[in-house]
Amino acid sequence: MQDDTDQLLRAILRDVLGLKPGQAEAFTAQTGLFGHLPELDSMAVAGLLTEIEDRLGIIVEDEDVDGDMLADYGSLLNFVTERRSAT
Amino acid sequence: MREMTQWPCPLPGGGTVEEWALALRPEGAPKACLLIVPALFDEGNKLRRFTVEVMRRLAASGIACVLPDLPGLNESILPLEAQTPGDWQVAMEGAARHFAASHMLTIRGGALAAPRGVPGWYYAPVAGASQMRQMLRARILAAREAGRSETQDSLLEAGRMHGLELAGYRLGADFIAEFGGLVAREEPAVQTITQDGLGGPGLWLRPEPGEDAGQADALAAIIAVALAQRETA
Repeated sequence: MQDDTDQLLRAILRDVLGLKPGQAEAFTAQTGLFGHLPELDSMAVAGLLTEIEDRLGIIVEDEDVDGDMLADYGSLLNFVTERRSAT
Repeated sequence: MREMTQWPCPLPGGGTVEEWALALRPEGAPKACLLIVPALFDEGNKLRRFTVEVMRRLAASGIACVLPDLPGLNESILPLEAQTPGDWQVAMEGAARHFAASHMLTIRGGALAAPRGVPGWYYAPVAGASQMRQMLRARILAAREAGRSETQDSLLEAGRMHGLELAGYRLGADFIAEFGGLVAREEPAVQTITQDGLGGPGLWLRPEPGEDAGQADALAAIIAVALAQRETA
């Protein structure tokens, strides 16, 4: 599951942030997201979560969303992977 | 010919008000036109350029297109807070009559304001609940950054009583009460065009307005081919 989730999540970030080819693939666990990418404002985060829900088949509660979850690519991948294995 | 034109938009209480529309009418095109119902709110901004790019391509194939403003959005002089989804549908029916629309193309949430009885296409329609949820979530996240705690349920409950500001759009109580329950109406003469057919991610996903010539080509081609087939059928 991990590989599939990783790939899907990178594709979502690419689509939602309008990244250039290869850019999302180069993300590491330490690549900063919220607060590091100027595109990622509250509206963009809302769009990102909606896409994650639709494409990964999970529900993200508003309470789950905080600075830690969105701090870097690794923390977002961890959160999504946990949710997917729980469903 | 490309022009901003005015049209008499029907008001819910009777009478009309002049609203704007962007019209592309190629020389020698028949009077009938394709009515385009724009995407809503923030998506409307992000998709405006894409929408007009599709219109340019259609006009280049000899198809006249008109893109009216929804009351309360874009250049409209009417207050958004006073609008309901039903008012939008009546407005788009007025536009369809005024511009003698033979077909329509709705963009995303524009499907929820589609005029009744006009054949055509819903491009990537979105349910009211889905669009509302995303706007609520954006508001909740922005509030949290500012140190305030809000929930979807409490916002909606208050919104149904007093209206609600979402993503910078001031929506009235009636709008909030109705919008979340809306889905694109099933009509035999209206087909859905999904994003899969356009060869790339939807431009409404981007944080800023963007453009994609390939996607505009693809959407315009789907419409132009279908219209040509209907003419010869």
